Amino acid sequence: MTDSLVLAFVIGVAFGFTLERAGLADAPKLARQFYLTDLTVFKVMFSALVTAMLGLFWLGRLGVVDVSAIYVPETFMAPQFLGGLVFGLGFVACGLCPGTSCVSAATGRLDGVAVIGGLFAGVVAMGFAVPAIAPFFTSGARGTFTIPDALHLPYGVVVFAVTLMALGGFMVAERIEARA
Amino acid sequence: MALRAPQPYANPYVAGTCLGLVLLAAFVLTGRGLGASGAFAATSTSAVRAVAPEAAQTSPYFSRYLEADGRARPWHDWLVIEILGVVAGGLVSAVAAGRWRLTLARGRGVSPGARVTAAMGGGAAMGAGAVLARGCTSGQALTGGAMLSVGSWIFIAAAFGGAYAFARPLRALWSGRRVGGSTR
Repeated sequence: MTDSLVLAFVIGVAFGFTLERAGLADAPKLARQFYLTDLTVFKVMFSALVTAMLGLFWLGRLGVVDVSAIYVPETFMAPQFLGGLVFGLGFVACGLCPGTSCVSAATGRLDGVAVIGGLFAGVVAMGFAVPAIAPFFTSGARGTFTIPDALHLPYGVVVFAVTLMALGGFMVAERIEARA
Repeated sequence: MALRAPQPYANPYVAGTCLGLVLLAAFVLTGRGLGASGAFAATSTSAVRAVAPEAAQTSPYFSRYLEADGRARPWHDWLVIEILGVVAGGLVSAVAAGRWRLTLARGRGVSPGARVTAAMGGGAAMGAGAVLARGCTSGQALTGGAMLSVGSWIFIAAAFGGAYAFARPLRALWSGRRVGGSTR
């Protein structure tokens, strides 16, 4: 194995370990996010997103990391919107996402195994459908397109705004849970 | 064998911050973020190639996961190896915390058949959605979200919006009312 694949495995171990520690291998717990009785999914996801975003911003600002060299997923507006809706339907139906289904299966949960089976079926079916829906599949293609590009705002301003929004979201989440 | 009482889960903000540091380490050390659905795509491609080699080669979707010589080597794929690590890390954490259980986790009163059907159907919907969206909660929401990609934030909004829109009609899957044979 190459060094890059060894690193992939090590990063994966840390990723899976953290997801399990957070309780995200437990499908009924994840599903409670969508019935507003346990907002762990939101809290974990947005504290992770903000931590990585702030870390990358400051490492770039201090000259430790060249942020422009890091891969940004490309934007395809329409398929990402529709794909997100279909993904959300699947998420609340099964209570897991692709990463957490692997953790769930690893912790002995057979429902996680069933989700993995469904994921393979969905990827193969939609993979074969791609030529038939080619115009839609590539519609709204914008390449590497970030919020600072779209809003013509400095990187730091957007980072600051997203951080504030996440902190506001955490306060709302605590209130919702206290009420539930 | 006596089962140990499971330890409580970590504080979600602490766990989330740790997850963010893992993602940051991936950015700094490898120049890319985390992922999950891409591992399913790479593995699916080798299955498609084994069954129908010419279909895999001519498919605009699957051919991207083939190597230059036209063969599928999922064990060379960064995300496949990362996901094997995810499985190992999840297993170690669950065993260490006394949380490993051979069980079918489901809502109270939901029949096993209804739970398995919903899990497979939900998995299939997520698989199809992730192909359209070019990623899932890991590659788009977390990674692209932290990189401030417009498409990733569209995905985040649509995925949460879709899940909340369908939560009410699917309520029985989590509370056991009106779904499956053996409600309490």
